[in-house]
Amino acid sequence: MPNRPQPQFPELDSQPFWEGAKNGELRYQTCDDCKEVVFYPRAHCTKCGSGKTTWRTSKGTGTIYTYSVVRQNRSPAFADLGAYAVAYVDVDEGFRMLTNIVGVDDPTKQIKVGMKVKVEFEKQDSGEYPIPVFRPA
Amino acid sequence: MAKKRRDAAVVGIYEWPKRVDPSVSAMQIKAASIRRALEDAGLDWKDIDAIYDAGDGEGGGGLGLAAYLGVRPTVIDTTQVGGSSYEFQAAHALRDIAAGKADVAVLSYGSKAATQRIPIGTGGRGVGGNWQGNMEIPYGATLISNYAMVATRHMHQYGTTSEQLAEISVATRAHAMRNPEAVQAMADLQFVGVNEITVDDVLNSRMIADPLHLLECCMVSDGGGAAIIVSGDVAKKTKKKPVWILGSGEATSYRTNDGDITVSAGAQSAPIAFGEADVKPKDVDIAMIYDSFSITVAVCLEDLGFCKKGEVGDYVKGGVLRWDKKGAPALNTDGGGLSSNHPGMRGLFLLLESVRQLRGESTSQVPNAKLAVAHGNGGLLGATHTGGTVILAAD
Ligand SMILES: [Zn+2]
Repeated sequence: MPNRPQPQFPELDSQPFWEGAKNGELRYQTCDDCKEVVFYPRAHCTKCGSGKTTWRTSKGTGTIYTYSVVRQNRSPAFADLGAYAVAYVDVDEGFRMLTNIVGVDDPTKQIKVGMKVKVEFEKQDSGEYPIPVFRPA
Repeated sequence: MAKKRRDAAVVGIYEWPKRVDPSVSAMQIKAASIRRALEDAGLDWKDIDAIYDAGDGEGGGGLGLAAYLGVRPTVIDTTQVGGSSYEFQAAHALRDIAAGKADVAVLSYGSKAATQRIPIGTGGRGVGGNWQGNMEIPYGATLISNYAMVATRHMHQYGTTSEQLAEISVATRAHAMRNPEAVQAMADLQFVGVNEITVDDVLNSRMIADPLHLLECCMVSDGGGAAIIVSGDVAKKTKKKPVWILGSGEATSYRTNDGDITVSAGAQSAPIAFGEADVKPKDVDIAMIYDSFSITVAVCLEDLGFCKKGEVGDYVKGGVLRWDKKGAPALNTDGGGLSSNHPGMRGLFLLLESVRQLRGESTSQVPNAKLAVAHGNGGLLGATHTGGTVILAAD
């Protein structure tokens, strides 16, 4: 299994996101007052400042906004991965998340901006929180 | 050009000459650089009444630096916004001096990034346990890959090519080869070739994070320096001609759900600075733009208004950024972070080379240079970052 760094707690803003990940849910917030999508998670709306937000679960589909294939990372958790793709994915409900693109043989050639992708939750040796990554849909 | 503002001027500078230097600490680099910059200005240690510090160095910062130096400033500013901290600090020094709170302001920098072998660009990024870190550390996005994702998107939106971005590395290396300290730096840091490079050399260097090649990435060096910024009254009696700070702008930007990551904080900071200085990008002779990577310069050239958004690929063609070419301001005439000096926070050197050019002291001196812009980009382009723009003019 992969051995990615785990989120660390206590951390009050992102805790519900990661509890969702344990259940295979990709979670995000919306503002009760202005309906803005709030992401990364936090306790206020970034558009209107409201303190009232509601957690929702995404269908987990989206589009690659941009990406890069990392050829060199001296951090031990990633040093042995070979080339891997980091990306921003625009998730269909309207939030952009940093993630990895998995499930392609050659990330240097097979990943494109605009590609449709879907989430999967990758179990980790490093701890109890599975990490949401995306693969071509 | 409108009548120059004469509230504050840079009157003393010093850049630590060695880029690999096991013999000194970062704090020693800072203190010695301040001494040399004061000598350059013809001022004394006891004249210092304001310090600006990004918290670099062993036991420095707002609590430690004044004590280490042995001075008693009445303005202490600890602005730390990444590599652009020094543009922000210069902006604050201008403001504090104009408000009458300070007469002799000191900015300093010291780093041992090379000796300590800190993997700035390719280390794991960030720490967990905070709102951003917990959402990012699982994904192994190196510092470089953040910038690379901006390049990927710029290429996608505008058809920009690696050949075009490589022009930035080529022009900067040409300047470095004219700067003996940069040549020594590249030798000491064991660059594969200490020579001028071509677009093909850049494209044939190894990929670090697609689409950025090795020769599009800055070095990791030791180094540091200092700048002395003084009031108009003090500037009347300094040794060398003052270089006036005409205006400044500060901004921040970050990942949003629908933002355009090809636009940096510079798009917000630059118009403020140009407006305050009452000059236009076309008036600029020298563009000192933070070259952490080729794409940083490309995006900032657009955001500072030298060309339109998306058109930088055409703009940089044909070596126009060289010191001896017309059609664009001379870019990073000291050799830049790509080929001369990048100990982690390069912002100070943008100010120092601007001053050298406006004094006529650069190793790639643009004849009769009158106006320079120093633009720092700190943090992570494409993610949370800052833009600090400072406009400087010859006396
Ligand atoms: Zn709201």
